[in-house]
Amino acid sequence: MGEGYMATNFEKVVSLARKNSIWPLPFATSCCGIEFMATAASHYDLARFGSERMSFSPRQCDLLMVMGTISKKMGPILRQVYLQMAEPRWVIAVGACASSGGIFDTYSVLQGIDQVIPVDVYVPGCPPRPEAILDGVMKIQELVHAEGLRRRTSEQYKDLLGSYGIQ
Amino acid sequence: MALTNEIIQQRLTEKFGEELTAWGEPYGMLTFTGPKDLNLKVLQFLYDEEDLQFRFLTDLQAVHYPDNAGAELVVVYHLHNLRDNVRIRFKVFTDIKTPDVFSATALFQSANFMERETYDFYGVNFVGHPNLIRILNVDEMDYFPMRKEFPLEDQTRIDKDDEMFGR
Repeated sequence: MGEGYMATNFEKVVSLARKNSIWPLPFATSCCGIEFMATAASHYDLARFGSERMSFSPRQCDLLMVMGTISKKMGPILRQVYLQMAEPRWVIAVGACASSGGIFDTYSVLQGIDQVIPVDVYVPGCPPRPEAILDGVMKIQELVHAEGLRRRTSEQYKDLLGSYGIQ
Repeated sequence: MALTNEIIQQRLTEKFGEELTAWGEPYGMLTFTGPKDLNLKVLQFLYDEEDLQFRFLTDLQAVHYPDNAGAELVVVYHLHNLRDNVRIRFKVFTDIKTPDVFSATALFQSANFMERETYDFYGVNFVGHPNLIRILNVDEMDYFPMRKEFPLEDQTRIDKDDEMFGR
């Protein structure tokens, strides 16, 4: 083979394409959303990682970014947004509230979004700095890169979704 | 002549006599208590009289006094005379075992949502309310979270009850 060619396999090419063109769906409910806006703006520039295309339609998105307090009443809505996303889909819980309920240890707040949808990456902080959110996105990129084409059809994945009552 | 607290108290005493009790002026705001059967009559009187004209329901909420046996719940009406810019506070006590209070929705449209909220958090049963269902909390909630017997923290959670979180 001459110059300009390389040999690889299909799975790696797909992973490479996926990880560098993740379309995020920002689900921002409070202050972590403000930090996310800073992350997406020019100074921190989420676009460097191929994620500048925010889509506010779940059906075109790959990455659900939940930022902020999710009340119990909003739980079913968040779940519906997740169900509307097409496979493959990833979820990142940004901040203490989305990850664990945070300081809102109370009757009205969902104690972590992993009670209603599976989560891939948790970003700690209250709110996390933009660097932390970028780090979370890069962790997602690592997951996307390492994920094989067959993971979403595997028994383990079905069991995981089944444990959330999906499908 | 400006409408003073003395005039309001005098007019109410002429009409209702000894039924209204616990007169006071905390921070200059006339406050009094009445029997719960009379709440609509008092509100209607305050609304209709040409010199009183309390035609704006600023707020309606409840308080729970668990030690006040036989009158644990109190429903508080904040009324506003917009012409003379005078505010008064009217309280109605009720037994927590029979928390039935007449609804003020016929007199004030704004009482609709506020009574729903009061029902949602304290379980006050507003007799005659057109749609007395929960407004802020999840529909599945089976208790009234602002009553004192329910601690602030969510008692249904299982992830924070170990020694790490001090529960």
